[in-house]
Amino acid sequence: MKPPPFGYHAPRTVDEALDALAAAPSGKVLAGGQSLVPLLNMRLAAPSDLVDINRIAELDALRAGDGGVRVGALARHARVERSAEAAAVQPLLGQALRHVAHPVIRNRGTVVGSLAHADPAAELPAVLAVLGGTVEAASSRGRRTIPAAELFAGPLESSLEPGELAVSAFFPALPPRTGTAFTETARRHGDYALAGVAAVVTLDEDLRVRAARAGYLGVSATPLVLDLSGAAGPRGDWAAAAAHVRERVDPESDIHAGAAYRRHLTGVLTERACAAAAAEALRKAGE
Amino acid sequence: MEERFEVELTVNGTPRTASVPARRLLSDFLRHDLGLTGTHVGCEHGVCGCCTVLLDGDPVRSCLMFAVTAAGHEVTTVEGLAAPDGTPSPVQRAFRECHGLQCGFCTPGFLCTVTALLRENPRPSRDQVLEGISGNLCRCTGYQNIVKSVHRAADLLSEPAEPGE
Amino acid sequence: MGTRVFGEPVRRREDGRFLTGRGRFLDDLGRGALAAAFVRSPHAHARITDIDVSGALDVEGLVAIYTWEDLPGRVGDPLPLLIPHPALTHGRTGYPLARDVVRHVGEPVAMVVAHDRYLAEDAAERVHVEYEPLPPVVGIEAAARAEHLVHDDVPGNVGAVLVQETGDAAAAIDAAPHALEFRLSIERSASTPLEGRGVYARWDADDGSLRVYSSTQTSTSVRAAIAARLGLPNGKVEVVAPDVGGGFGVKIVHPWPEEVLVPWAARLLDRELKWTEDRREHFVSAAHERGQVQDVRVGFDDAGRVLGLDVRIRHDHGAYTPYGIIIPIVTSTQLLGPYKIGAYRAEVTSLYTNTLIVTPYRGAGRPQGVYCMERTMDRIARHLGRDRADVRAANLIQPDEFPYDQGLLFQDGRPLIYDSGDYPELLRKARELIGWDGFAAERAAASRGRRLGIGLGLYVEGTGVGPYEGGHVEIDTAGRVHVSTGLTSQGQGHETAFAQIAAAELGVPLEDVHVTTGDTRRFGYAVGTFASRAAVMSGNAIALACRKVREKALRIAADALEADPRDLDVTDGVVHVRGDMSASVPLRTVAVLSNPLRYAFDEEAAAATQFAVGRPATEPPVASGEEPGLEGRGYYSPVRSTFASGAHAAIVEVDPDTAEIAILRYAVVHDCGRLINPMVVEGQIHGGVAQGVGGALYERMAYDESGQLLNASFMDFLMPYATEVPRIETGHLETPSPLNPLGIKGAGEAGVIPVSAVIASAVEDAEGVRVDAMPISPDDLHTLRLRAADDPSLRVREGARTG
Repeated sequence: MKPPPFGYHAPRTVDEALDALAAAPSGKVLAGGQSLVPLLNMRLAAPSDLVDINRIAELDALRAGDGGVRVGALARHARVERSAEAAAVQPLLGQALRHVAHPVIRNRGTVVGSLAHADPAAELPAVLAVLGGTVEAASSRGRRTIPAAELFAGPLESSLEPGELAVSAFFPALPPRTGTAFTETARRHGDYALAGVAAVVTLDEDLRVRAARAGYLGVSATPLVLDLSGAAGPRGDWAAAAAHVRERVDPESDIHAGAAYRRHLTGVLTERACAAAAAEALRKAGE
Repeated sequence: MEERFEVELTVNGTPRTASVPARRLLSDFLRHDLGLTGTHVGCEHGVCGCCTVLLDGDPVRSCLMFAVTAAGHEVTTVEGLAAPDGTPSPVQRAFRECHGLQCGFCTPGFLCTVTALLRENPRPSRDQVLEGISGNLCRCTGYQNIVKSVHRAADLLSEPAEPGE
Repeated sequence: MGTRVFGEPVRRREDGRFLTGRGRFLDDLGRGALAAAFVRSPHAHARITDIDVSGALDVEGLVAIYTWEDLPGRVGDPLPLLIPHPALTHGRTGYPLARDVVRHVGEPVAMVVAHDRYLAEDAAERVHVEYEPLPPVVGIEAAARAEHLVHDDVPGNVGAVLVQETGDAAAAIDAAPHALEFRLSIERSASTPLEGRGVYARWDADDGSLRVYSSTQTSTSVRAAIAARLGLPNGKVEVVAPDVGGGFGVKIVHPWPEEVLVPWAARLLDRELKWTEDRREHFVSAAHERGQVQDVRVGFDDAGRVLGLDVRIRHDHGAYTPYGIIIPIVTSTQLLGPYKIGAYRAEVTSLYTNTLIVTPYRGAGRPQGVYCMERTMDRIARHLGRDRADVRAANLIQPDEFPYDQGLLFQDGRPLIYDSGDYPELLRKARELIGWDGFAAERAAASRGRRLGIGLGLYVEGTGVGPYEGGHVEIDTAGRVHVSTGLTSQGQGHETAFAQIAAAELGVPLEDVHVTTGDTRRFGYAVGTFASRAAVMSGNAIALACRKVREKALRIAADALEADPRDLDVTDGVVHVRGDMSASVPLRTVAVLSNPLRYAFDEEAAAATQFAVGRPATEPPVASGEEPGLEGRGYYSPVRSTFASGAHAAIVEVDPDTAEIAILRYAVVHDCGRLINPMVVEGQIHGGVAQGVGGALYERMAYDESGQLLNASFMDFLMPYATEVPRIETGHLETPSPLNPLGIKGAGEAGVIPVSAVIASAVEDAEGVRVDAMPISPDDLHTLRLRAADDPSLRVREGARTG
């Protein structure tokens, strides 16, 4: 299990990285490497070139402001997870990151890398999707902002084009009286989830449910976002929301769990996550 | 002929250099190019944790990193955990006292992980210990004595150094 | 015997090197060696029509590529069938490199040698093999249907039919007041040591000798196999097991194809050559275990006493049978456990499939047998509405019934006679430790909606099988004690336990004892490490060797002290007159005296030269019947195995919504006779239970219909992390074995054996649905719930659930 040979580039700036990517259209970007290197070691991927962005200081950025949290392409999971500033603006990020693999993996893996990898079983794509976040992509042709809904094209397939580098991701802040929760079930602690839910619940001034949205991982080819406001109603009937979700998801079977179980589980987790998010929203409303 | 890169990094406090292809994994670089075979390789896909080393103090999987990426950084391996005079670290002592190892293959990865864990959190709860070592597989011990070792190491670390030490 | 070190939780002597990165495992050796990689079959069953290596020839650093055609003489012969048995009528083994047909994914087809492993893999990728696919036989049902054959000349895919019987089971069941009939199944798992296999060979052309390092559980037998295949005398082949990163059974198989090919190519190329197995290779080319389907008929009386038991087991042994039918033998005998069964019949049909070979993994057939018996006990209890522990108690062999002859033939070809034990006490202690009798109240007090369950299981484990092991002990002139034994170590702490035995037997400080295992240069006669036999076999052999050395030391010292040897004792390495430390001579001096010298190379030697040693001129310098040197060799060869035993119990909680299963408590009471080092024994138990938990809740080999292993990685083969293993509470019982001088029994496999049975029992209790298949995942349990909602026969009788 040794990686195949590749051309190696270690740019110091984003411009240098874009030049390298432009020159090697079938090259891959190497950031944390926690998903890419296993694929290389198993020789399931054999890119002509690797553009190692680990030396680009400007990408090692994390900014939390009123509007949301912007995470640079070199910000590791562990840094974002531990950031009190990020948690204050967008708590769902930290809630989800605690479920990403194991602490040692999070020391190296990056948030943006996980989004670009577009694994539908991973936590962060679901978080970006449910929050309606964006990814900023750069290439030698210029920059563009890709909404989450357009980023995830298929399993392990993003809409990033050859030569494009995801330089940052933006997770918008929460409206007032909004709570979030993240829950998932994995076979072992730290494994990819059999199913997982990122829930966002907003209350109105009378503390009734104004909006409820849930992002799902592990149950669809791309992160699925469902609006549960109608199903749950203003009083937050999460069991009804769960029943609604069970009808809407169409998970696949694999060696760890069958489709029927995953559908069932998605409902259970929806109920739990939404109830927790609503409780959190209520707590915030009382502050 | 595959292109080779001059990789310079600091390992256990000593500057080291070797010329290797870009695809050389940090684990292989340490083991085969530098001869530091204490870092073990159990899966080469980042799951078992045997190859865990400290990169600038943080535990990382050396099988998921290329040596070229590690250039310029400081790496600590199991060979560098003891004091320069060879005195075992509190974590090493605790593992011996509590029988926290059997075949010894996963041990270097655990030692590196736990060393960093206790640096960050000197008094972890049982759940924090479990979370902290949750990315390291051991097939021999059933983990019970490893958990015990971590708590024991925390005790040893909190003891005031004896005079003369 | 001294008491200071034997039986004490002495800290391990091997830990110093392991904790500092100075252990030496296979891949740590041979930095300059060439590397081997293998082209392995991607098909479960196919005919090789062509192998084209031309695409690989221009790979930088390539040294050689070999296929079966290149293997001369015995090198290319089929691998040996290690343990022949009359019931194994159709034993088959593979070739070191596939010849014509491949029969499982991962079977080696070509060997590539290059300057390093990266380059070897580059070349292996470019070897083009053309296959004509043949219909794969996957799973026990397909094998039994035999629509297709794994081997053309093995009808019905049946390798062996093994029958074990005492009395007329069918008649006993028919006559019994109650009878039940049901099917159980258990899936495949594997040893999965964290260090894979590996072989490193150095040929010395000038000396015509070979040194081979292998990550093996048997270095002496690997040597014999290599010597035979390569046409070398044993004396020209040295095999060393270096530090081994776990074995758990898989590394007892030998010679692996790689153990033949790497030394052969090293000699041919006259270059050092090493193969280090990677994780993916280990999943598809080492070995698996466990998979069985068991059809049970049992007849019993109102108290739950078993009057007749008839078990038909179908066992999946994979594509070949290099290790014979040891697992079927062990399953069918150890199934009886601590119980007196009226009449018993077991018929094991061992079947070929196009999957990886099946050879012993810790427990070696016992987990399946115990699963069968303990599930049967639970069935009986449920049927009668009786307490599950009481039903077991009604069937137990009583302490005054030893030796107890079960009337069968065990895996060593000897009668299955239990030597000693106290099973009622084991059960009593386990009940007490887990709080069996108070559990009903505990469950009733738990908050509404929680689903708790309790389960238990007992086992008897034949340990310390023969034929023999040996030990060599030598005290040098510095007073160091060198102990060696031929069997190997994979983390069991042999360097410590054997040193404790030697220190106690000789009367020397523990730190003076140095133990070597698994090195044919030091000890050439051995069998290997398996079946919880190392402590029993080598431990006793070393004790016997020590006794010889001690006797000799006393004879020589008696001469020097002009005393009667019967009045002498050894304390802290000094021989002295009992009760008088002033009349004494240190063992290091005795060592000097034991070896009369002509030449003095240091001061100690000068004391032993002919002009210094004053033996009577009329007698030879080495007394008649004596040999020079303070050393001794001992062998221990038991008449039959010694039987350890234990009882495990667990409390589980299942999530009513997600069907996740959590083990809240796990209790073990075990009896392995006298303990050499309780700390090490407890560690063995913890590790065994963790593997058992893996087998009960997480680990399985997921083959698809085409014979592809879908979870050949640590991402998908779910070995438990620390977060999945419960804290284990232990209790000990010590009934010494009357069969060996030290009174010990094996402990290595104890932890793993009953875990699947115990967890099945507890989950069934928590859920009230019948658990007949293990491992059980949340999805499995969820599916069971749905089925049981429609089918009352799947529900466990209400009212009989508690206890």
